[in-house]
Amino acid sequence: MPAPPIRVGLFVTCLVDLFRPSVGFAAVKLLEAAGCAVDVPPTQTCCGQPAYNSGDRADAKAIARQVLDAFEAFDYVVVPSGSCGGMIRQHYLELFADESALLRRAQHLAERTYELVSFLADVLKLERVEARYDGVATYHDSCSGLRELGVKEQPRKLLRSVAGLRLEELPGAEICCGFGGTFCVKYPEISDRMVADKAADIAATGADTLLAGDMGCLLNMAGKLTRLGKPVRVRHVAEVLAGVAGETPPIGGAAAGRS
Amino acid sequence: MEPTSNAFKENAHRALADANLQKALGMMRRGFPNKRATALARLPEFDALREQAKAIKDHVLENLDLYLEIFEQNVIAQGGQVHWCRTPQEARETVLAICSRLDAKTVTKGKSMIAEEMALNDYLEQHGVTPVETDLGEYIIQIRKEHPSHIIAPAIHLVKEQIAESFRQTHKGLDPARPLEEASALVAEARTVLRQKFLSADVGITGANFCVAETGSTVIVTNEGNGDLTQTVTKAHIVMASLEKLVPTLEDLSTLLRLLARSATGQEFSTYTTLSTGPRRADDTDGPGEYHVVFLDNGRSAMLGTEFQDMLRCIRCGACMNHCPVYGTVGGHAYGWVYPGPIGAVLTPTLLGVDKAGHLPNASTFCGRCESVCPMKIPLPRMMRHWREHEFERKLSPAPYRYGLKAWAFLATRPPLYRFTAAVASRVLGWIGAPHGRFRSLPLAGGWTQGRDLPAPEGRSFMSLWAERRKAGP
Amino acid sequence: MSEARAQILGAIRRSLKRGPLDAPQRAEIAARLAAHDRNLVPARAASLDHAGQVDLFQRMAEEVETTLTRVASAAEVPAAVADYLSQKNLPARLVMTPDPQLDDIPWGTRPMLEIRRGRAEVTDQVGITGCFAGIAETGTLMLISGPESPTRNNFLPDTHIIVLRGEQVAASYEEGWSRLRAARRAADGNVDLPRTVNFITGPSRTADIEQRLELGAHGPRRLHIVLVDDGPAS
Repeated sequence: MPAPPIRVGLFVTCLVDLFRPSVGFAAVKLLEAAGCAVDVPPTQTCCGQPAYNSGDRADAKAIARQVLDAFEAFDYVVVPSGSCGGMIRQHYLELFADESALLRRAQHLAERTYELVSFLADVLKLERVEARYDGVATYHDSCSGLRELGVKEQPRKLLRSVAGLRLEELPGAEICCGFGGTFCVKYPEISDRMVADKAADIAATGADTLLAGDMGCLLNMAGKLTRLGKPVRVRHVAEVLAGVAGETPPIGGAAAGRS
Repeated sequence: MEPTSNAFKENAHRALADANLQKALGMMRRGFPNKRATALARLPEFDALREQAKAIKDHVLENLDLYLEIFEQNVIAQGGQVHWCRTPQEARETVLAICSRLDAKTVTKGKSMIAEEMALNDYLEQHGVTPVETDLGEYIIQIRKEHPSHIIAPAIHLVKEQIAESFRQTHKGLDPARPLEEASALVAEARTVLRQKFLSADVGITGANFCVAETGSTVIVTNEGNGDLTQTVTKAHIVMASLEKLVPTLEDLSTLLRLLARSATGQEFSTYTTLSTGPRRADDTDGPGEYHVVFLDNGRSAMLGTEFQDMLRCIRCGACMNHCPVYGTVGGHAYGWVYPGPIGAVLTPTLLGVDKAGHLPNASTFCGRCESVCPMKIPLPRMMRHWREHEFERKLSPAPYRYGLKAWAFLATRPPLYRFTAAVASRVLGWIGAPHGRFRSLPLAGGWTQGRDLPAPEGRSFMSLWAERRKAGP
Repeated sequence: MSEARAQILGAIRRSLKRGPLDAPQRAEIAARLAAHDRNLVPARAASLDHAGQVDLFQRMAEEVETTLTRVASAAEVPAAVADYLSQKNLPARLVMTPDPQLDDIPWGTRPMLEIRRGRAEVTDQVGITGCFAGIAETGTLMLISGPESPTRNNFLPDTHIIVLRGEQVAASYEEGWSRLRAARRAADGNVDLPRTVNFITGPSRTADIEQRLELGAHGPRRLHIVLVDDGPAS
């Protein structure tokens, strides 16, 4: 008798919800292919990070409690974003440090929450994916995933198993792209220069595709690359790993036949 | 130095347009991090040393009053003096009083961030004492009447052509046709000029990287040797130190020294590490006749016991700024006061007040690179966030931003309303953006779309599509 | 200023939410200071035997642009110094510290070396000193000040030649401190540190101009060690 499937709650993230549902469905596909039963609690909105990083603890807490309630029942919570994943895994603990009952719940949630690719590689021990992508890709390490969650080798390992894909390392891949959540709103000029430097590094690799694990960074880098007219296709790493890149235009790209 | 931290945006704007600065920053961005990474790779114990170093400093901070007293006793036992100053003004007066008593006309200075913090040079000059900076970078910016833009590489914002021009203007007696294209020629010229200054100075002022309680020694770490000439050939050696520089023993000092150079410049060890203990001994043939340690508090005692206490572990290596993408883009002057980069983002609001430096803790992407390279494991982003919380509570952040945040939070805490709004927004934006897949400009997103496009949403929200999929059944 | 002192110490205690430390707490700290416990010492040098440490010292020193000649005995030092100076086209006029460590070197065997013993002056181009220890871990020299070893001799001459005995090579900074404490312990048990302890790792340098490394910023442009492998390993 097969073991009961692992129950995974998908935390979609607000940017995937609003901008790129394909990433959410790619995540569902990857998780289901690995034998998980995936559900998406409808009461989720955002992880609360914009409020938290703006110094608005009260609203951050209210949103975090909502997440605690929504994801109580799952074996694991999986997030296609290192940033939101880091918020839940690390910062909720700080947010509820003085409220022992909530802190216990936050600890319980934190222990079960993983960034998508790290979940596939570290928890499900996935060694390879069944997918094809013809192109030369380079990979940007999003800051929170890298430094808060230790996501570094996992996406590279799985990407190397994608048929047709060659991975070209991005010099300075660990340097922030300048998105920074509210930072790009408060300091657009500095943010723009940072992403200009990043775009130059990306273009210099000669890769035709840029991948990363966070929608914020991807919107930022895609927006700069299209403005500069660089012919680089930008996608969330989940789209390539799930083999669904052919189904949608790249981020910031028009649908085929629509100019 | 009059802070301009509140003009951070304007400062940054100028910095982004400054071609020389951008060229210099470009060299820095990869230079320091690569050197540090190479040095760390050669010392497998580095992370274990970090843990021990953190524990040493935490222990000192918890017992700081006693360690200061022990240090003072040992300085006095060796014939030196300790001066206690609450404010920059007290510290300035203390230094001037020593200089006046010795009838000093010129003082040479090694690098001291505390001297910068208390704007010592201006004060001495106003009172007839000429301060001469002797660290090459500090000397360059002194003759250019600028301020340091980096705590260990003060002139990192300049390219050599600018330095050559300043040397020609300042060093009047030399052949105007001399070649100054090469960095080596500039270094040689500064060496010659400053050698005379060392020998004619009356008093030498240095900073202190560490103060060793066990022995009453102060420690400076340099590569040039300027701090050594400063204290060796003058009548008096004045050490400027802040309270948190204490370490218990020479063994503890050794642990911290293993971290400092590797984190700062990627060197295994800096060229000169010098312990100074008291004035020259009775039978010595050189060394300063007097030895003074001037402690400056300036708000540090008040940081103890607060969420900013960890900042007092800082050993001023500069690794955080070397790795900060914002510092690497705008340089140090944009931060508008003595301490740039992540250190400044925490320390400047602490020492000057958040109302005078509110931009600094906000001008961070929270990429976390500073904390990850900090040898003392200081949670810099967390402390910047604390400042944002203080700001938010005091309603110091801009009103439109606060209202926008509140409106968003209103939605985010009402899932059905949020789902509806997201569904509509992705439909509308997706529809408008569909022809190109992106927006070249968008109302309310002017800052973003000035230099980059905003990718358009795909057209449906995930939650609405998921609800449909659920309804349709497996 | 005693008012400021009391206020600062009081402010520290208030922030730490306590009064002055009590006697047992003070005793604990006094014991910590007296123990001189070492923290983690990297294996790099500590794991080697003495000969290995001397080799490591040489490798690390050469990495930072220190040059080094090894000789078998004190008798060979004058020739090594003379050879170095002629190779570098440097004058054979030297200022030498009045350090007894250097007394058993037969300088007279090289009469071309014009040696003045005493404190360095600004006109001295080449200086010779002894040293207290060499630290293998980073190729660092440890020099101490005293009537026989004025500090300025380490900084004023353009070329600094140091005579180091093999037995003076220590694994780590901690080892250097232990040796210094032992050497400076008075009859009453108190350790009297010299006014200055200089750790020197290579010739003076700066990278303040465009991060480009230049030697000879303020201190010596050249640092040369004559390593005398004569003594038994300590």
